Amino acid sequence: MTEATSMLALVLATPFVTGIVLALFGHRRSAADINAAGSLLTLIAAALLTARVISAGPMTLFDEQFFVDPLNVFLIALTALVGFTTSLFSRPYMRVEHDHGRLSVLRLRLYHSMFQMFMCTMLVALSTNNLGILWVAMEAATLTTVLLVSLYRTPASLEAAWKYFILCGVGIAQALFGTILIYFAAERVLGPEGGALLWTHLDAVKSDLEPTVLSLAFIFLFVGYGTKTGLVPLHNWLADAHAEGPTPVSAVLSGLLLNVALYAIVRCKVLVDGALGTHFAGNLMMAFGLLTVVVPAFYLSRQKDVKRLFGYSSIEHMGLITFAFGMGGAVANFAALLHMTVHSLTKSAIFFAVGHASQMAGTQIIDDIQGLIKRSPTIGWALMLGSLAILGMPPFGVFTSEFMILTTAIKHYPWATPILLTALGVAFAAMFGKVQGMVFGEPTVRPLEHNPALLPVFVHLGLVLMLGLWIPPYLADWYRQAARLIG
Amino acid sequence: MSTALLHTVPLSGQVINLCAALMLLLGFAMLAQRRVLSLINLFMLQGVVLFASTLIVALTTKQSHLLYSAGLTLVLKVFALPYILHRLIRKLSVKWDVETLLNIPTTMLVGIGLVVIAFNVAQPISQLSGTITRATIGIALACVLLSFLMMITRSKAVPQVIAFLAMENALFFAATSATYGMPMVVELGIALDVMVGMVILGVFFFHIRQQFDSLDIRHMERSKDA
Repeated sequence: MTEATSMLALVLATPFVTGIVLALFGHRRSAADINAAGSLLTLIAAALLTARVISAGPMTLFDEQFFVDPLNVFLIALTALVGFTTSLFSRPYMRVEHDHGRLSVLRLRLYHSMFQMFMCTMLVALSTNNLGILWVAMEAATLTTVLLVSLYRTPASLEAAWKYFILCGVGIAQALFGTILIYFAAERVLGPEGGALLWTHLDAVKSDLEPTVLSLAFIFLFVGYGTKTGLVPLHNWLADAHAEGPTPVSAVLSGLLLNVALYAIVRCKVLVDGALGTHFAGNLMMAFGLLTVVVPAFYLSRQKDVKRLFGYSSIEHMGLITFAFGMGGAVANFAALLHMTVHSLTKSAIFFAVGHASQMAGTQIIDDIQGLIKRSPTIGWALMLGSLAILGMPPFGVFTSEFMILTTAIKHYPWATPILLTALGVAFAAMFGKVQGMVFGEPTVRPLEHNPALLPVFVHLGLVLMLGLWIPPYLADWYRQAARLIG
Repeated sequence: MSTALLHTVPLSGQVINLCAALMLLLGFAMLAQRRVLSLINLFMLQGVVLFASTLIVALTTKQSHLLYSAGLTLVLKVFALPYILHRLIRKLSVKWDVETLLNIPTTMLVGIGLVVIAFNVAQPISQLSGTITRATIGIALACVLLSFLMMITRSKAVPQVIAFLAMENALFFAATSATYGMPMVVELGIALDVMVGMVILGVFFFHIRQQFDSLDIRHMERSKDA
């Protein structure tokens, strides 16, 4: 076994094994520590794998069933990082939920076990070379998160989980049909034994694939994985799932799962672009991306629940990234990848702060969470800075990526720029007003009786700030390589 | 179909076309079926038809991996899933439930419209396909869309899940008819997902009923965006 093979095996096996261990022993007091330790091990393995790919270039592993290239290894590293910080955040958070009697010990066991299984499915989806396995992993991710969203078993959480299951189940069934169509087109070129679902093989022969079938396949795949990304008009599940699940789950849903679904679309887009030689896939992504930026911006001002508010903000950002990938080209792809990174980091940091804030207030209703800064300055500032960052204020990284997306749009699609700017402006006005009240209003919240885990928040925001001011050369180089892969 | 055309289709092909027609018929039957119990039986019949058609394709084309996937269909869709569903409705005591479906004729008409669309969409694929089953791709897509319609028109949890499973059946049928099935590892993965999903949903039904005193999804829905 080569070094990279064992690294990847470790990245995938650690969350799986930890998940099983937690399913057996998750009722112990130490479960949260085991959870964090497993996530740390995954992160270390992912970092080593990344270092390996940077030095040795892309490679296929395990009989070509898995592969790593700059595009997915960057997402693997990001997923492992946010997974680890979320597990740190969830230690005190879930203990408080347990102490407040919202969750029994058995539910905590389910939570810890499913958290690791969810990480495992996402990492498999990111690293697999087989489009069929990608689908299987995405479906498995849906199933694990259905259990996580319904963890509290309240009527609202059950409703959210059911809606999530039905919408994403139907959506992902469309993606399966798309996968079948790709296999159908590829089998004619590669033969049934030639690994006709392996992405690397498909990529090699993409110009020979039948264009009509591929464009049809892309529509199905786009609808399917687009549902999971939260693209309008199939975004209905997202805000509910974010609002009703435990906060650590909202953080990983928003920060990671949406990225993984988008990654699946981008992988398929590469194949379709190669087969068609036109901008068909890009146009489709631009249209839906733009719609997804505009619609949630107008929903933001109507939200009363703070987690729903940030859920809608995630939809908006996913639209922006989809739009950027749709435009294509080196700069837009670079910006989209950067935006994926900073959005993940910022949004999960915000959810960490929001989690503590709603524990202070005992509710998620915005009007009842007021004056955070007077009771707990760190949580107040964390929420304020996080919100400013996500709204695209300089000097944070979100500003950099949004600026790049907008300038590219001005250059190639000038008609889209005013639409984007209006939507971003509306979102700013709606969100800033609400967050301002929560942070600086007349205090209604009580101080926390436990130490909040705010280190992850400031680590994330620090990274986002750094990406806004200075992108390390190797990181920039890595983004550039990944952007080139997407074409 | 004219006699000249009939002669160009071998016997096995004709049997497969018959199976496809049965799939479509069962799709419409499920769309209009009000009884939960009969719905499960229809779903099981669909599994039997799927098994038969996969088996015939496997035998005529001598694709050994299709034999395994036929076996998988038999175990999973004819025995395991209907068994779980039967047990569930007994435990939930909704066995004799009759759902009030509004406007069955309209639903059927929409269904016919979907079939026409499916045939149009599938035409370019059928023309390219070299399999003996190519004529059935349109039917498979039509079945997917019919299950989709069923999911939208139903308001109870159990029929919605049956619609979901029927959609999976139709997708499987599409894979068999367009490409002689997906690679084995993918099929196993899909089967595993379906199985795990079914178990999770089974548990889920009890929670839903406990919270809402009903399995009617309409009871859960409250608008939060207004």
